[in-house]
Amino acid sequence: MVRELKITPIKNGTVIDHITSGLALDVLRIINIQSLDKDSTVSVAIRVRSGKLGWKDIVKVENMELSPRKVNAIALITPRATISIIRDFKVQEKRTVDLPDRIIGVLRCPNPNCITNQPEPVESEFEVTERHPVILQCAYCDRRVDSFLSQLA
Amino acid sequence: MSLHGRDVISIRDLSREEIEEILASSRKMVPYAEGKKVTHPLDDQIVAMAFFEPSTRTRLSFESAVQRLGGSCITIADAAASSMRKGESLYDTIRMLSGYAEAIVIRHPNEGSARLAARASDRPVINAGDGAGQHPTQTLLDLATMQEAFDTLSGLRVVLLGDLKYGRTVHSLAHALALFGSEIVLSAPPTLGLPDEVLERLEHMGAKITAEPDLHKAVRDADVLYVTRIQKERFPDESDYRKVAGSYRIDASVLRDAKPRLIVMHPLPRAGEIAPEVDDTPHAAYFRQAFLAVPVRMALLNAVLGGAKKGG
Repeated sequence: MVRELKITPIKNGTVIDHITSGLALDVLRIINIQSLDKDSTVSVAIRVRSGKLGWKDIVKVENMELSPRKVNAIALITPRATISIIRDFKVQEKRTVDLPDRIIGVLRCPNPNCITNQPEPVESEFEVTERHPVILQCAYCDRRVDSFLSQLA
Repeated sequence: MSLHGRDVISIRDLSREEIEEILASSRKMVPYAEGKKVTHPLDDQIVAMAFFEPSTRTRLSFESAVQRLGGSCITIADAAASSMRKGESLYDTIRMLSGYAEAIVIRHPNEGSARLAARASDRPVINAGDGAGQHPTQTLLDLATMQEAFDTLSGLRVVLLGDLKYGRTVHSLAHALALFGSEIVLSAPPTLGLPDEVLERLEHMGAKITAEPDLHKAVRDADVLYVTRIQKERFPDESDYRKVAGSYRIDASVLRDAKPRLIVMHPLPRAGEIAPEVDDTPHAAYFRQAFLAVPVRMALLNAVLGGAKKGG
């Protein structure tokens, strides 16, 4: 029997693997595929068998490398994801997403009265106060945040 | 660690030792605050009062404190009268002010505004209330009032009564009471309890906290009854405010079974939470509390501005 590939390899670009199953579309939202070149193919696999996670999602994007901010945003919603940079069909670099101690400019503060939600020349800033599970605290108003999807800036 | 040149944004910025230092200094400042003695450590220094929200006690006691120390003030007393009305950002306003004064005292309706101001300014910033957030100097004067009455801040039983959700003074005060090992009794209408994150933080500190919604029972063994006003201006929905408005009132009947040395405190202004008949009892400490704002703020300003400058 011929094995059919569910997602074809990419020549140049980024593979985000081991995404928590069901969150691929949120990862796409973070990547903001509208901002990519029109000829960049984006492949998405949802609910793929995984030894490590049971089930996982995968996103492959041609001709794109993620900015550190986008990596931080992905780390917040799916901390076990891995990111591989592909050049000429070969994996040039593979790493797990890594949550820094401070998250700048990635999330909106959920406190509507926080100064960072006012028209001020300031980026949102959160301190990572706990890592398992992740809990953040606004560096300005001290509001704690433990759910991130709805707060992505 | 010295307070010279430091920002004071939250009571959590201060260690127990630093708080004790400020309180000890504030006791020495009392005769100067009363005008019986004269001192000029802030000679030739200017402190900017950036008040973007109405305030009577806080602004005037800060201005009095600066002038009693021989310094002078420049003041924004109303956001509507400043260029922020023309759309100038808080960041720019503070950046500009930091060129005009040796320190900035800020009150602003948005939480986190004082931290933003501290980043904008290369001079020390003192938070005089940021929305429902922090108000560290209120906590210092609350502690000074308790210490003056009981000569200690440890082992007291302190009832926090009223709006524990929006009342910024109680969040900072509860932290300080936990730091000094006093017992905290929470007495609040059901919808106005302490926010979970504040409660969790206090429990993490090992604070002794109980809840007693029955006011009469709460008062019986208390050393301090700290009454707050229900903060109408912070309610997103006025109908929620009307449900709890007037749900507690301290009068002679509430105090009948109280300890003789119980003190009743209130950050003021009051809006009917304490009956005028309490004013003439030995329990009433709220006007003394309002006076102590001056020596406490003198002590803090003297510590922050005593020579060294932030960034210098």
